[in-house]
Amino acid sequence: MSWLGKYAFDILLAYGLTALLIGGLILQSVLAARAARRQLEERGE
Amino acid sequence: MSIWEYANPRRFMAASGAVQPYVWGLAILLCATGLIWGFFFTPEDFRMGHSVKIIYIHVPSAFLAINAWFMMLVASLIWLIRRHHVSALAARAAAPIGLIMTAVALITGAIWGKPMWGTYWEWDPRLTSFLILFLFYLGYVALWSAIEQQDQAADLTSILCLVGTVFAVLSRYAAQFWNQGLHQGASLSLDAEENVADVFWIPLVITLAGFVFLFVALVLLRTRTEIRRRRLHAISLKERLA
Repeated sequence: MSWLGKYAFDILLAYGLTALLIGGLILQSVLAARAARRQLEERGE
Repeated sequence: MSIWEYANPRRFMAASGAVQPYVWGLAILLCATGLIWGFFFTPEDFRMGHSVKIIYIHVPSAFLAINAWFMMLVASLIWLIRRHHVSALAARAAAPIGLIMTAVALITGAIWGKPMWGTYWEWDPRLTSFLILFLFYLGYVALWSAIEQQDQAADLTSILCLVGTVFAVLSRYAAQFWNQGLHQGASLSLDAEENVADVFWIPLVITLAGFVFLFVALVLLRTRTEIRRRRLHAISLKERLA
């Protein structure tokens, strides 16, 4: 990533933290959706 | 066919289940196109160098941070006026997304600020109003979790949303209201003169559209989860009473 020049660390840090936060939000949303659907199915809904 | 028919949870579940795959598909396609284009195929800015690439995550996240609150405001007003549970649950579903988007905007702004302004943080009107908006999001999420009685929680969080709207508006217009501070004016504007250069603007708009579809996809997914949780809560109450 040397082509990013002297700001390479800042750019990669910003993209990395964003991926972590938004990826975490998507993962949590999907897992919570699955858990709620499974619990309803277990109760015959 | 009226929009209010979707206030019926069964109709909402059916309609949202049908459109969800398309919304996710568009979100992934647009985010991937805009981010890859912006990251790999745009030149460096004459002043900011390659650090301008942070714009492709900073601007869309800041845009959603503010507009997620306005979506919550509309949903809260619908709850307060028409008492539709789906709208209250949609507002609840949108809050963590707005919270994360505000955090992303603050963090990427700080990382970008250090090389450009020489500081991670400054008590600038726009930065400060964004921090207050972040605290309002935290309070909103906490208030929903703190109150067991769901209708009461919806009432109180709706009122908190009305109050917090002041800061959402300030976050949007702070740079224009107070002509001071480090933060520049809007990067995207209906006035073409104020926009960033076309070479950055096109991938930025594509990424922004991708973030909007991602927001819609997440709101649909999380609202469906909230409706299911509400149903589970009703079933367990019935079982306890039986």
